[in-house]
Amino acid sequence: MSGPIHIQPGETFTLNVGPQHPATHGVLRVKMEMDGEYIVKAETVLGYIHRMHELMGENRTYPQVLPNLSRLDYLGALGYTHGHVLAVERAAGIEVPERAEYIRAITVELNRVASHLFWFGAFVMDLGGFTPLMYAIEDREYILDMLEAVTGSRLTYCYYRFGGLYNDIDDEFIDRARAFIPRMRKSLKKYDALVTGNIIFRKRLEGIGPISAEMCRKYGATGPVARGAGINFDVRKNEPYSVYPEFDFDVPVYDECDSLARYKVRMDEMEQSLRIIEQGLDKLPDGPIMPKKKPKLIKPPAGDYYQAVETARGSFGIRIVSDGTKNAYRFKLRSPTYSNMSLFDEACEGMMIMDALAMMGSLDLVIPEIDR
Amino acid sequence: MGAYFSEIFRGLQSLATGLGITFKEFFKPVVTVPYPYETIKMSDRFRGHIELVENEEGKPKCVACGMCQRACPSGCISLASKSVEYEVEVKGEMKTKKKKVLTKYNLNFTTCSLCGQCVESCNFGAITFSKEYNLASSRKEDFHFDLLNRLKERNS
Ligand code: SF4
Ligand code: SF4
Repeated sequence: MSGPIHIQPGETFTLNVGPQHPATHGVLRVKMEMDGEYIVKAETVLGYIHRMHELMGENRTYPQVLPNLSRLDYLGALGYTHGHVLAVERAAGIEVPERAEYIRAITVELNRVASHLFWFGAFVMDLGGFTPLMYAIEDREYILDMLEAVTGSRLTYCYYRFGGLYNDIDDEFIDRARAFIPRMRKSLKKYDALVTGNIIFRKRLEGIGPISAEMCRKYGATGPVARGAGINFDVRKNEPYSVYPEFDFDVPVYDECDSLARYKVRMDEMEQSLRIIEQGLDKLPDGPIMPKKKPKLIKPPAGDYYQAVETARGSFGIRIVSDGTKNAYRFKLRSPTYSNMSLFDEACEGMMIMDALAMMGSLDLVIPEIDR
Repeated sequence: MGAYFSEIFRGLQSLATGLGITFKEFFKPVVTVPYPYETIKMSDRFRGHIELVENEEGKPKCVACGMCQRACPSGCISLASKSVEYEVEVKGEMKTKKKKVLTKYNLNFTTCSLCGQCVESCNFGAITFSKEYNLASSRKEDFHFDLLNRLKERNS
C-alpha cells in the first residue's frame, strides 16, 4: 500500500508510546487507542526491564540483597535501602544506635530533595521548558557530591548496613549540608518565580489530569499523587519509623486533584525535607554508628515481617517471610510507582494526548521500580 | 473583556520574570568541567573497583582466607593460593611452618555492584576501593581484572 493513510471519522487507530520514548522516562510502553488527538483507551504494558529482584531476595543471604534495593529506584535509592534495613532489623531484632538513625534520616531526606529536583527538571522538560532542568541538575549535583563523599557512590548507594552504617559522616559533610540548606531555599524561590508563575506552565496543568481521592484509594496510590488529591497520608507521620517522630515537619496536602497540585506538593516537600535535615544536623548525637556486637550471621526467627517507609514516590513496603534460615522464604516489595502508574489507564481516558503525557510526568514514574 | 486583557498582561509579565532570571544566570560562574581536558578529583571514599593492598615489602597483605569471595553477592571474586613452607626461629630453633600465598586474585568487574561487602568482610585490610572511574571498553574481557598483576605493575 502506498500513499497516506486516511482515517475515516469515528475510526480509531492504535498509538504506541514507548517502550523507547522520552516522555515515559524509561522502558514503559503505553498502548493507546486514539480518536484523533483524544485517547479512547489506554493500556500500560510492563515487564521490559524486569530483573527478578524479589526472587534474588529469596535466593541470597540477607546481607547479599543489600545492593539490589538501590537498583529499584535510581533517583531516590536511599529511601528504598532504608526500608530494607529497617525491615531486616525488625525481623532479626537488631538495635540501631541513635546516631546511625539520625544520619540515615539526613541522607534519606537529602536524597529525596535530589529526587524531587530531578523530577522537577524532567517534568518541566516534558512540558517543553529545557532551562529549569539545567538549574535543577546544578543543585542536585551539589547533593550528589555530598552523598558521594560519605557513601562512595552517586546513584546506587549501598551505604546502610543491618544495625547501622558502612562508615560515619565527617565534619566536612555536616558543613556542606549546612551550607546547602540556605542555597536550596534560594533556589526554590528562583524555581517558583521561573516556573510556578509561568503562564504557559499553568495553562498546561491547571485543572488538567484529575486524579480524585477515590481513584487513589482504588488503586492504592500513595505519596505526592495521593497528597495532591487531598489525602493526608505520609508514612513518616502515620506509621512513624526511625527517628521521624523527633522532627517537626508538615505534610503538604492540596486538594485540587490536578497536575498542578501534585507539582506543588513536591515543591513544598523539598522545603519540609530541608527542615528535617536542619533539625537532624542540630540534634545529631555522638556515639557509635554500629551496635557494639556487630550482627554476624543474620537469621531472623520464623515469622512474617512488614515495614513501610515513605520514599520520594510514596509508600514503599517490604515484606519478609522468614523460615529461620539465612535466606528469606518470601521477599515481597510493594513499590509506590507501580500503584501510582496503574491509575493512568483509567485517568487518561478521554484526554488529549499532550495532557495525558503531562499527567504522566506529574506521576513521577521511575520504570525500574515498577518492574523490579 | 477586562479579564481577558489582564490575563494576557499577567501572562506576559510572568514570561518577563522568567527571562529576567535566565538573564541573570548568564553572569554566574561556569559550574561544568570541560572533560576530558580537565578532570575532577574523586572524593576519598569514592568506590571504584577493588584493589589489593600491599604490605611494607610490596607483597599483597591478603592471606587468601576467602572471606571476601564468600561475602560477594555476585560472585565476582575468584582467588587461588598455594601453601609454601618457610622457616622461623622459635626459641632458638629453626622450624618450618606453612602459610598460604596468594597466586591469583581475579575480579570480574562486569557483575560487581560496588556494594563494599568484600572490603568490609576482610579482617586484614587487604582490599580497598580504587579511584578508577575512566573505564570504557567495548570488550567484556577488559573488565576481568587480574588484581595481583595490577599490584605488580604498580610496584614496578
Ligand atoms: S582479601 Fe582479605 S578477605 Fe579476601 S582472601 Fe584476602 S585476606 Fe581474605
Ligand atoms: S564490591 Fe560487592 S559486588 Fe563488588 S567485588 Fe566486592 S563484594 Fe563483590
